[in-house]
Amino acid sequence: MSWLDSPASDTQIPHRNRLWLYFISGLVIIFLIVPTFIVIPMSFSASQYLEFPPESWDIRWYENYFGSSEWMTATWVSLKAAVITVLITTPIATMAAYGLYVSQLRLSRFIFILLITPMMVPVILIAIGVFFAYTKLKLNNSMIGLVLAHSTLALPMVLIVISAGLRSYDMNQERVARSLGASRLKAFFIVTLPQIRFSVITGALLAFIVSFDEVIVALFITGGKMSTITRSMFLALRDQIDPTIASISTIMVLVTSIALLLAQVFGQSKRK
Amino acid sequence: MADSANSMGNTLTRINAVGLRQDERRERLALFGLSVPAILLVIVIVAIPVGWLFWLSLFNDEGVLSTYNYTRMLESKSYFRIFRTTFNVSFMTTALCVIIGYPFAYFLAQLPQRWANIGLIAVLLPFWTSLLVRTYAWLVVLQRKGLVNQWGMELGLWDAPLRLVHNMNGTLIGMAHIMLPFLVLPLYGSMRTIDQDYVKAASNLGASPFQAFWNIYLPLSLPGLFAGIVVVFVLCLGFFVTPAVLGGGRIIMVSMKIETIIDLFFNFGTASALGVVLMLLTLLVLFISHKLLRLDRVLGGGGGS
Repeated sequence: MSWLDSPASDTQIPHRNRLWLYFISGLVIIFLIVPTFIVIPMSFSASQYLEFPPESWDIRWYENYFGSSEWMTATWVSLKAAVITVLITTPIATMAAYGLYVSQLRLSRFIFILLITPMMVPVILIAIGVFFAYTKLKLNNSMIGLVLAHSTLALPMVLIVISAGLRSYDMNQERVARSLGASRLKAFFIVTLPQIRFSVITGALLAFIVSFDEVIVALFITGGKMSTITRSMFLALRDQIDPTIASISTIMVLVTSIALLLAQVFGQSKRK
Repeated sequence: MADSANSMGNTLTRINAVGLRQDERRERLALFGLSVPAILLVIVIVAIPVGWLFWLSLFNDEGVLSTYNYTRMLESKSYFRIFRTTFNVSFMTTALCVIIGYPFAYFLAQLPQRWANIGLIAVLLPFWTSLLVRTYAWLVVLQRKGLVNQWGMELGLWDAPLRLVHNMNGTLIGMAHIMLPFLVLPLYGSMRTIDQDYVKAASNLGASPFQAFWNIYLPLSLPGLFAGIVVVFVLCLGFFVTPAVLGGGRIIMVSMKIETIIDLFFNFGTASALGVVLMLLTLLVLFISHKLLRLDRVLGGGGGS
């Protein structure tokens, strides 16, 4: 009996009749992955036009990126904003998730919904609202303003991830620690936190990505030397296509892929 | 003697109970206080500014209280068209995601866990990659001399370069790519929890593979599918970056119009009114789907058919 005629599922359907499903899924995988990696060869093209495959190879777009003080400044602004956003959002969201989960008040549900509204309100509305308020408060073009806005945008996702982590954690362990004499704070840090660390780390990563990848709010409230890298990329893409973006994109894709692979490897070994 | 001692003990227990309950309430409030920084952040950055915008939208250009900004939206054909485009794009993107996402999630859910995890990387990689990078990538792939046009013409599928970008085609392809993980992840999650014994039982009782899928598997996967659809549709409604780059100015979504109004005219009243309507429509979609999902659960729990 060949593989084609062997049953593929519990309904005894043979693989032969499933080929179309495998074919479609293969196409979907190509659709999901290939376009992202196309930017890699494009970034080494010598031509200013987007030809594929490039006729000649060069690293001029990388030189362009690393040699441009504007791109470098924008990169630093984005990295700094993303790191500070992580440092603000992660503790705030952890506190909120823990407080709402443990206090079990009727109000908690309502507050939880309030805290995830930044995810439900269209970002553009938050963007112009923040822009308007910052104009009054003179916070436009400031790191603190940018970071506060990004922290708010990241809050819902981080809160959801950490709350999910808490729900799957057995709170009795903390009660045991406390009945053995640990204060609530100590019990949290030495018993609870280590066990929900994966959700906290995932949340921190999400906060980083949300801030680093954010365009719309930054479009309004930053500019000039405070422009974030994604804001500059967006404006460059909308006006004309500058292959420097291919080199920046390549760097971002490689960083993401490596991080994802590491997470997959370490996540797997931890689970075992 | 025994009686009075007993009642004294009861009183003490009662006093203790009251004290303990007070302590507990105090502790709960203190714990609840941990969420105050987060609440403040949301109030200062979202609630007050958005409320302020709503207030501004109630004044016309002369600064007089009126519903002008809203009535104009109803009267003007151009605003109607923008909302129609927005819903059109969202609807078609969601449909595309369902058509290509369902078979893929089904395929992943049938694989052994190890292989499925590898397949999931294909979903997670774009999910974690910068939105802007992916949008740029599609611009490269779909342009006149791009990969798709080149290969299509070399294979003889079409003669002249197709217009795949800077229009509706490009917008839909790019948005479907960005939204697909949001559909596949919840769908795959719910498919994994389906008890395969139901399907086995169906085929044991003589159902063809298709019947077993259609009558048993598909209904059981609907909650996950529905959750994915709602997330994708709602995210599409507020989308900005991808249609702005891949639509080439031909596809104008509500959020893009709002940006233009602020950028060119600095008119917060009109822009806010558009934003408020967009938000209300988004919340309406969420509310309706919430009700429908509940209904679904009630029906599924009661009937069991």
